[in-house]
Amino acid sequence: MIADYLKFSFSNLKSRKLRSYLTMLGIFIGIAAVVSLISLGEGLRYAVSSQFGFLGADLIRVNVGSAFGPPGSSTPSNPLTTDNINQIAKLNGVRMAAGRNLRQVKMTFNGKTSFAMAVSMPDGRERKEIEELIGYSAAKGRMLKDGDRSLAVIGASLADKETFDKEIVPGASATIQGKPFTVAGILKKKGSFVIDGAILLNEDMHRELMGLPKDQYDFIGVRAANLKDVDAVKGSIEKLLRKKRNVKEGEEDFSVETAASAISQIDNVLVGVNIFVFLIAGISLVVGGIGIMNTMYTAVLERTKEIGILKAIGAGTQSIFSLFFLESGILGLLGGIIGIALGVIGTLMLAALGRSIVGTDLFQARFSPLLLLGSLAFSFLLGIIFGVAPALRAAKMHPVDALRYAK
Amino acid sequence: MGASGSGKSTLMNLIGCLDIPTKGRILLMGKNIAALAPSGLAAMRGKLIGFIFQQFNLIPTLSALANVAIPMMFQGVPSERRNARASQLLGMVGLGDRVHHKPSELSGGQQQRVAIARALANDPKIILADEPTGNLDSTMGHKVIDFLKELHKKEKKTILMVTHDERLAKEAERIIYLKDGKIIKRG
Ligand SMILES: Nc1ncnc2c1ncn2[C@@H]1O[C@H](COP(=O)(O)OP(=O)(O)OP(=O)(O)O)[C@@H](O)[C@H]1O
Ligand SMILES: [Mg+2]
Repeated sequence: MIADYLKFSFSNLKSRKLRSYLTMLGIFIGIAAVVSLISLGEGLRYAVSSQFGFLGADLIRVNVGSAFGPPGSSTPSNPLTTDNINQIAKLNGVRMAAGRNLRQVKMTFNGKTSFAMAVSMPDGRERKEIEELIGYSAAKGRMLKDGDRSLAVIGASLADKETFDKEIVPGASATIQGKPFTVAGILKKKGSFVIDGAILLNEDMHRELMGLPKDQYDFIGVRAANLKDVDAVKGSIEKLLRKKRNVKEGEEDFSVETAASAISQIDNVLVGVNIFVFLIAGISLVVGGIGIMNTMYTAVLERTKEIGILKAIGAGTQSIFSLFFLESGILGLLGGIIGIALGVIGTLMLAALGRSIVGTDLFQARFSPLLLLGSLAFSFLLGIIFGVAPALRAAKMHPVDALRYAK
Repeated sequence: MGASGSGKSTLMNLIGCLDIPTKGRILLMGKNIAALAPSGLAAMRGKLIGFIFQQFNLIPTLSALANVAIPMMFQGVPSERRNARASQLLGMVGLGDRVHHKPSELSGGQQQRVAIARALANDPKIILADEPTGNLDSTMGHKVIDFLKELHKKEKKTILMVTHDERLAKEAERIIYLKDGKIIKRG
């Protein structure tokens, strides 16, 4: 029964294709905006949380300078030092502390260039700790050893045939920032771009290649001995560094991040972005809804005679209401479907564009099924809500007047 | 029959449950339809009455088959039964080879035959035809009248027709004359 009515309503929309599409414009712009911006936001959140997430909740990261922007994008005026590392390592509840450097680099192989993250690896016991903590292990070749020079271990996606049009195998020669090196090993694929797109270099080698001064670190990775101590350790690191760097509470030029605190920072930014998105999308959806209402009123007027005929052959008030109501619901739903499709394509394109221009993997598309289904339900609801008044007008028409109506 | 403005269409609309009188009662099969709510009137129209109009009044976006089938949709007949009956009815009015044509692709006479098939869709007791031949030439008109006569004879339908044509009126068993909204003569 409903299926029959749907078919009838659908064929009516099809007979006025152009108008139907124009009507849906507002809906699909609104839905596309919501889908793409929320998905990019989710992607950013995922990117940040995966940077921490795979490291585990017992990891604490000490940064200097701004907490935002790609790590290693600027050299802080007051960098972290070996002394800092040793002091932190001695704090209660700390299992291990290691200084790391991280730089965005250009890697060239087979005549092609790609962005990658060059990460420094400490020597000795800390190397093992970090390999274990992050889960670095060699799928092919071997991991780095103390004293390795001009050798690097690269992430799985860098070795992939897709990246340089040719698979990289251990022993291959490539360049980082124009300087030649040999691939010692390929990391096991982890599904996280932070690992799969990384180049591991020994700390000295990394310094040389990036031209970094001695005794300076971008961040210190700290592992708490116990998961329940993470917040306490964070507190004592902050206290220590305030003293060493001579800054007051609230005026810190460093930050101590845990997985939880990093995500909540991103969330703060995203809330602002999302309010803006919902505002814009809300306006366009209301405009879209009014567009549907307008189109439906026009349709009711144009089809007055048809309504009269349908009533004469036995259609009741409810039947006529359903026909028009469903028609506006379909308009909303179709608008939503097209909007979601456009939003998904737009998001993927924006994310790719962002990655290639800025060269950071923070631009990612993450589509939550809830968002997509929610948008669909919402657009259908919108069609229905704005379709009630026109459908009522159609349903309440007097059959004789409607039949007499001349177009 | 009656002069223009004498109330023929008005009477048809009242009998056909499209309209209700400001005063008085209308007994249809023993039921006072003047007292029915809109939903009751719609049900009467759907089950008891088939309309044939002067302007054919087919739905332009639908095929002949779909036009004949929709009255059954409103009565909740499942789609296979609807389509089967619709094509059977179209066959009966001689349009078995035109089922998928749109009204605009059919001649006036063919459109009126589709309308007759549609009027029969829910197997009504009464067929109301308001000047069904008014927009047809006389050959086509006669064909339509022959159909209606056959329906009356074979299917025992009550047929109420408005016409200005004395010769067509002679085909009827009874003729009722209206003037100024009143019955002035009944045959
Ligand atoms: N019994 C009645 N009481 C009050 N008004 C009436 C009555 N019958 C008809 N009328 C009015 O007369 C007008 C014309 O009636 P109607 O359209 O039925 O005429 P008709 O006979 O069908 O004319 P035509 O031959 O031109 O189609 C309408 O406005 C209708 O409201
Ligand atoms: Mg009339």
